[in-house]
Amino acid sequence: MTEAAKKLPRIVVHEKLCKGCSICVDFCPTNVLEMKGSIVAVKNLEACTRCQLCDLRCPDFAIQVFD
Amino acid sequence: MSAGAATAKKQKISVPFDYSKYLRAGKLPHIWCPGCGHGIVLKSLLRAIDKSGLEKDQICMVSGIGCSSRTPGYVDFNTLHTLHGRAVSYATGVKLAKPELKVIVVTGDGDALAIGGNHFIHTCRRNIDMTILVYSNAIYGMTGGQFSPTTPQGSMSTTSRYGNIEPSFDCCELAKASGASFVARGTAYHTQELERILLRSIQHKGTSVVEIIDSCPVYYGRQNKFKSASQMMEMIEKDGTVSVKQADRLPPEKVEGKLLRGILHEAERPEYCEEYQRLIDKVHGK
Ligand SMILES: Cc1ncc(C[n+]2csc(CCOP(=O)(O)OP(=O)(O)O)c2C)c(N)n1
Ligand code: SF4
Ligand code: SF4
Ligand code: SF4
Repeated sequence: MTEAAKKLPRIVVHEKLCKGCSICVDFCPTNVLEMKGSIVAVKNLEACTRCQLCDLRCPDFAIQVFD
Repeated sequence: MSAGAATAKKQKISVPFDYSKYLRAGKLPHIWCPGCGHGIVLKSLLRAIDKSGLEKDQICMVSGIGCSSRTPGYVDFNTLHTLHGRAVSYATGVKLAKPELKVIVVTGDGDALAIGGNHFIHTCRRNIDMTILVYSNAIYGMTGGQFSPTTPQGSMSTTSRYGNIEPSFDCCELAKASGASFVARGTAYHTQELERILLRSIQHKGTSVVEIIDSCPVYYGRQNKFKSASQMMEMIEKDGTVSVKQADRLPPEKVEGKLLRGILHEAERPEYCEEYQRLIDKVHGK
């Protein structure tokens, strides 16, 4: 695997917008996210497949995944 | 690295969709409760509008009253927030005055099918060119969880403490029977499928109705013992529906009792504004 292929995605949580509904946590196929109190946090970035499902289903414009 | 390889690599980069160009600055966070499906639907709608290629000024979004009807407050289109149940009537006025606009109505199941039921069926009957999006969460969210015409029989609500005894409306069957020339159903759970359905509904000429099954975790969810918004999405939106494309291939027991998703009806019928113009031309002897 080349260095570039191993590059990790960047997950941005907009903490002022996250309402802690946990939809992104519950539907992430690879268990990347977790709830820390009432806000989502990244627990295992390596497992992120950049599928964008967390962003697609977040009702609050609060999470984004950049390549 | 050659220039070609660099371009190929660039195309693979996944960039999140930039919703900000369609949102009014400084309006977020929105008023919807944690886990409310209305925000998920709004995002699918904005992506569909982006794909449609329409400019912001070409769109007029009209709503009635309810949590779902708060949507126009957040978007940077021409917007109208009107009376409970009357969104489609205002939208009819807008469309007749400015037929060049793409009119999108955002309404709740209570707004469209209870107090607005009469306006809804006659708008469908006229087949006036507009897209009607019914955010169907089976409850009156804004006023505290009273049952609506789409609340399933047996469900708890503030006004059915021992279970709802009323049979519910099928919004799509009602729209089709009333004359809407495009009828579809999607869910907040199936966000990308919903985006495709919404794009088709926006591109359609005539009255298009999309029933969007989404969730009110606060009033429907709590009263019906759902543990979370995700559980509602899983049980109602995912397991409670089946795509029309799959329905034919599945054994009947896997389809029974489930709502169909996808484009359910598409027909060509004379459109109201065009008929109106034709009449004007005829009377003027053109
Ligand atoms: C004429 C009139 N009657 C009643 C109300 C009270 N009211 C406000 S919103 C609403 C129901 C909204 O439910 P729905 O359309 O399903 O939208 P939701 O809040 O669930 O998104 C009612 C009954 C009102 N505002 N105006
Ligand atoms: S992009 Fe997909 S894999 Fe990565 S955190 Fe979001 S849902 Fe999980
Ligand atoms: S789905 Fe959005 S609002 Fe809900 S916990 Fe995740 S980031 Fe926060
Ligand atoms: S009351 Fe229900 S429909 Fe209204 S914002 Fe809250 S969750 Fe959404």
